[in-house]
Amino acid sequence: MNKNWPLWEVFIRSKAGLNHKHVGSLHAADADMAIQNARDVYTRRNEGVSIWVVESTNIAASDPADSDQMYEPAKDKVYRHPTFYNLPDELKHM
Amino acid sequence: MDTALLEQHFNEKIDQDIRIEPKDWMPDHYRKTLIRQISQHAHSEIVGMLPEANWITRAPSLRRKAAALAKVQDEAGHGLYLYSACETLGVDRDDLFADLHSGKAKYSSIFNYPTLTWADMGAIGWLVDGAAIMNQVPLCRASYGPYARAMVRVCKEESFHQRQGYEIMLTLCNGSDEQKKMAQDALNRWWWPSLMMFGPTDKDSKHTEQSMRWRIKRFTNDELRQKFVDVTVPQAELLGLTVPDKDLKWNEERGHYDFGEIDWKEFFNVISGNGPCNKQRIEARKSAWDNGAWVREAANAHAEKKAKRKAA
Ligand SMILES: [Fe+2]
Ligand SMILES: [Fe+2]
Repeated sequence: MNKNWPLWEVFIRSKAGLNHKHVGSLHAADADMAIQNARDVYTRRNEGVSIWVVESTNIAASDPADSDQMYEPAKDKVYRHPTFYNLPDELKHM
Repeated sequence: MDTALLEQHFNEKIDQDIRIEPKDWMPDHYRKTLIRQISQHAHSEIVGMLPEANWITRAPSLRRKAAALAKVQDEAGHGLYLYSACETLGVDRDDLFADLHSGKAKYSSIFNYPTLTWADMGAIGWLVDGAAIMNQVPLCRASYGPYARAMVRVCKEESFHQRQGYEIMLTLCNGSDEQKKMAQDALNRWWWPSLMMFGPTDKDSKHTEQSMRWRIKRFTNDELRQKFVDVTVPQAELLGLTVPDKDLKWNEERGHYDFGEIDWKEFFNVISGNGPCNKQRIEARKSAWDNGAWVREAANAHAEKKAKRKAA
């Protein structure tokens, strides 16, 4: 009975048209309470128009130790960027 | 990877100002230092609500009452941002609370002084939040990501705390002789404890050097204290109040104010639990925690019942 309230991660949309962004975490007994608490803790000054909460244990994350194999391969693929291609200055609208 | 290599990689990141994030490898001592500092900071925000809550019901106008209430609510928020940053280091919030309640964990010594008059609300906003801002702004660049991000939120909110405090002082100083006297009395009592908020002198601060190396801290205690004195003395002059330090003098050569010796005996005495309100503060926290136990349990029971009903 005496278990601690679980931890929730809080994501807030600061205004319509923007995506939800992680702002921090909090403890709550359930999702409804987590949203209520998130409102009090993270939106006291109009910081949000929408709140998502996810129980922290439900988040799967990549391991920083794998960073090299995960992100290194993208680094040398400069040809994925528009500036890689040599085109004359006279060329317009491209 | 062996520890030496991991540590070297960690140090390189620190030197390049690349933030350390929760799942990154970090030396044990770095983790412990952060847990100590962030939890102390969180406790200070939470205990810091108590001296001011004392005046919410007695604020002289609705305007002041609304501001006091909003400020105290912000401090609760600051505590919560910081506890959650601290938890990313692998500690449990309930253990942090237990350390506060048992006296094992420290919090800022300033909150062990009593708030005797309404002017104290002005002096606290102006000086205590002012000193806190001075401490906290460089922490927005602390090397540990969650701490730095929490500090950005905190700093955004602190500015109004200081301004409403100064406005209270200004109003009192423009009022009757009695009111002005009250403001002076509050400055007299809060000045020195505010200077103590920056911690022991550099030569006595056992954590500073390592914390600077790890870029948790960016300035030493004495540097920040000097900065605080330099900006605050002219603010006192603007109020027409006298800073209670007979050694306070502008030093042309240094480009700083010289100021008198802090009573370090008092500082260490208050830190070690013997300030005027230490007992009262911890009692208040403990009774809030104990008397709130049934609420936490009831919320759990309600959540379980709802989950069961949903599953059925
Ligand atoms: Fe605060
Ligand atoms: Fe504050």
